[in-house]
Amino acid sequence: MGGSILGNRVLRKEDPKFLTTGGVYVDDMLDEPLLVGAVHVTYVRSSVAHAIINSIDTSDAAQMPGVIAVLTGADLGLQPVPSSFNPMATRTLLAMDKVRYVGEPVAAIVSETREQGEDASEMVIVDYDFLEPLIDLEQSMASSTLIYESCGSNVVFDTTVLGIPENTGDAYFADCEVVVKGRYINQRVAPCPLEVRGAAAAWGSDGRLVQWLSTQHAQGAHAPIAATNGVDVSQVRVMTPDVGGGFGAKIGAYPEELLLGVIAKRIGRPVRWRETRSESMVALGHGRAQLQYVTIGGTKQGKVTHYQLHAIQDSGAWVDMGTILAPFMTRPMSSGVYDIPNIECRTTSVVTNTTPTVAYRGAGRPEATAAIERAMDMFAAELGMDPAEVRRINLIPKFLEPHTTVVGQTYDVGDYEESLNKVLAAADYKGWRAKQAERRASNSSKQIGIGISVYVEITGGVGNGESAKVEVLEDGRAIVYTGTSPHGQGHDTSWSMLTSEQTGIPMDRIELVWGDTDRVPIGTGTMGSRSLQQGGNAVFAVAGQLVDKAKSVAARLLEANEADIVLDKDRGAFHVAGTPAVSKTWADLAVAEKQSGGLVHSDVIGVAGATFPFGAHVAIVEVDTETGKVRHIAHTACDDAGKVLNPMLLEGQIHGGVAQGAAQALLEEVCYDPDGNPITSNLADYAFISAAELPSVTVVHMETPTPINLIGAKGIGESGTIGATPALQSAVVDAVSHLGVRHIDMPTTAERVWSAIQQAR
Amino acid sequence: MKVSITVNGTAYENDVEPRTLLVQYIRETLGLTGTNIGCDTSSCGACSLHVDGESVKSCTMLAAQADGCSVTTIEGLAQGGEMHPMQKAFMENHGLQCGYCTPGMVMASISLLKENPNPTEEEVRIGLEGNLCRCTGYHNIVKSVLAAAKAQ
Repeated sequence: MGGSILGNRVLRKEDPKFLTTGGVYVDDMLDEPLLVGAVHVTYVRSSVAHAIINSIDTSDAAQMPGVIAVLTGADLGLQPVPSSFNPMATRTLLAMDKVRYVGEPVAAIVSETREQGEDASEMVIVDYDFLEPLIDLEQSMASSTLIYESCGSNVVFDTTVLGIPENTGDAYFADCEVVVKGRYINQRVAPCPLEVRGAAAAWGSDGRLVQWLSTQHAQGAHAPIAATNGVDVSQVRVMTPDVGGGFGAKIGAYPEELLLGVIAKRIGRPVRWRETRSESMVALGHGRAQLQYVTIGGTKQGKVTHYQLHAIQDSGAWVDMGTILAPFMTRPMSSGVYDIPNIECRTTSVVTNTTPTVAYRGAGRPEATAAIERAMDMFAAELGMDPAEVRRINLIPKFLEPHTTVVGQTYDVGDYEESLNKVLAAADYKGWRAKQAERRASNSSKQIGIGISVYVEITGGVGNGESAKVEVLEDGRAIVYTGTSPHGQGHDTSWSMLTSEQTGIPMDRIELVWGDTDRVPIGTGTMGSRSLQQGGNAVFAVAGQLVDKAKSVAARLLEANEADIVLDKDRGAFHVAGTPAVSKTWADLAVAEKQSGGLVHSDVIGVAGATFPFGAHVAIVEVDTETGKVRHIAHTACDDAGKVLNPMLLEGQIHGGVAQGAAQALLEEVCYDPDGNPITSNLADYAFISAAELPSVTVVHMETPTPINLIGAKGIGESGTIGATPALQSAVVDAVSHLGVRHIDMPTTAERVWSAIQQAR
Repeated sequence: MKVSITVNGTAYENDVEPRTLLVQYIRETLGLTGTNIGCDTSSCGACSLHVDGESVKSCTMLAAQADGCSVTTIEGLAQGGEMHPMQKAFMENHGLQCGYCTPGMVMASISLLKENPNPTEEEVRIGLEGNLCRCTGYHNIVKSVLAAAKAQ
């Protein structure tokens, strides 16, 4: 009997297709019969940040070549829909009375070609009465101009409504020997999946709507699409072609996507829509966008006793998922890996006239980690202590039973000090400190900065489990149905490994089905680093249950006791223990079960709760003190995600996460001018990180399995980002700390670093 | 206007609008959708392919400018069911995740090695600066290209 495939470096099954013909993304579906004769939808977008709409004149646009229809909200009879996160806020899917950000859709053009739609969109004339644009968070909080009058305030969520008291201010730190304060900007960034949003919609001859969507969660889009079209969910099928990245921004269904069925019905033809990158940069949700007021206090020996955080979350111009990340992700993780006896954390979410914020890789946890890690560094700097040492003094000691922090969050298992020890050793922390000392002593213009972060995060917090179905066909192949939704994560490979492990069916004879609401009605999608621990776990469990079912069929065919039947995984055959010569293959059993519904099993497998991966990163940068330019020269990451299914895929997730963390720390920021005009609305202006700005990453393995699921796995999709961002920011500050610099906001661009040096001098 | 372009060894003659970009011609006229579009500022490189053996961002070129040229796309790389060494290197080194940047990244990488058969890691990183990837952090892409160079 061969050994287990689990834990091995297994190459991806999905790769040959991507490498030879390319994936089939939504815009590549040229052969889909239902889309024959499809026309193109182009959205006309608001060019102003905040204004009353007096009128929309579509007459010139309607005369343009190839234009089939120009539709406004009034034409479509759109009614206001409430936000899922604060029902007091309502909007129409095409703006009718008011626009609230540059990029908000105000009309839809339907044309024979995409280019004709773009041309015609320039001809729609919207008459606006400008309102005060509220771009800055604190300006919006203080303004009497309301973005949603019905909310009565621009604050759309505050933890005080949960019964959590306001922070008490400086009095909280009366007993502390050392107190440090900071105001940190965790800046707005753009998720930038390489594939922008796209969708297509067609009404079939059976009267059902089929919608293809580049999404992380088809089942989540199902009900909103049905509701927008005024039909029962049974009349809608949502399908997911290959998806070119999501990073959280493709979780929900957006107005542009929800309206396609309505438009297709109206004109009586199937429709396609794909935004341009310039549209995507202003209309796909943004991430982060949190302003943090932080105070940290403790003893002269380095023990932190008090920590206070007020996180002010920029919701942008809609009460979308970004609104709830601060209270429900940042706040619970505010203690980080530290045993801090006194914490106050208030969060306040505020609407502004900017692109709505949504989940973006890490979604609330990078913000929590950045705040506490930056504060820890400033506390260490104030004491003149080594930041690694201060962390060590304050870490929660190793625990293998659940640990609850003072903010009420229970972590499953953790050994933070070990991850710190491992990463410091692997990164040659002492060696870099020696090099740093040399450069400082020689007063070199190229200074070394060393940044450390130790983090814990929450994964698998979305959903209580996942659906899975495993079916063995009469030729012995298996079809696996999953409620998760891969868009780069490699589920085809991973779920095949798990199924093969249980059944002995070779991986290349296993096919994965996902993202199709007809074939997989129940699913929570891929987000929040949940897929393996919930979806993979479900596949593993259901495949195991199918083996039990198959044993009972084999027992019947072999006229034996079920308890005596064994599965020979090497052969994929069942026999009575001790008599392998007489056996039944998976195919035999599937044929035998044909009349009774097939050899299939499905279930929704619950999990007991979220898991809490942790780790430590060391980032090394070189800073040119004459120009402020930062080079990221080395990075070591120790991320403990519990039991590892496929180390190759795990490392890939870490690499990608580190790059996005470095991107936020060093380069990327979505910017607006004071009138709310986006000034980073394409990939020439937005500093999307490239290969030239990153080092290779040293990954240090550590496995502390969780008891929460069958396979012992925690999430890994977001850890790299959570760990890397504060490590990089700290490294940049550290490089110039000897010049008196204590903090530089992200992104630590050359200009900011140079200015910080000048101010400190 | 009429254009004659050889794509992956097959000669095509088509009528195109003068404003048609090469990438639109490849995707929409010929239906070769392996070449992707990731931006509108020639920044991302997802549409990279080879024109007369050189890597080109096919959104920066009109189909008319490729008249008389020989174009190779990702679909034209594998020969007789055998992947090109660069495709193999990407597979073996997990140089792709969502796959969207991959065709352009592979085409640009082949071109890079043609110009510099034994690049250093830094040369690979600088050479691929014009091809953006959001998933891999470039680590395994760089590793793939270095592995392909070594295997030559």
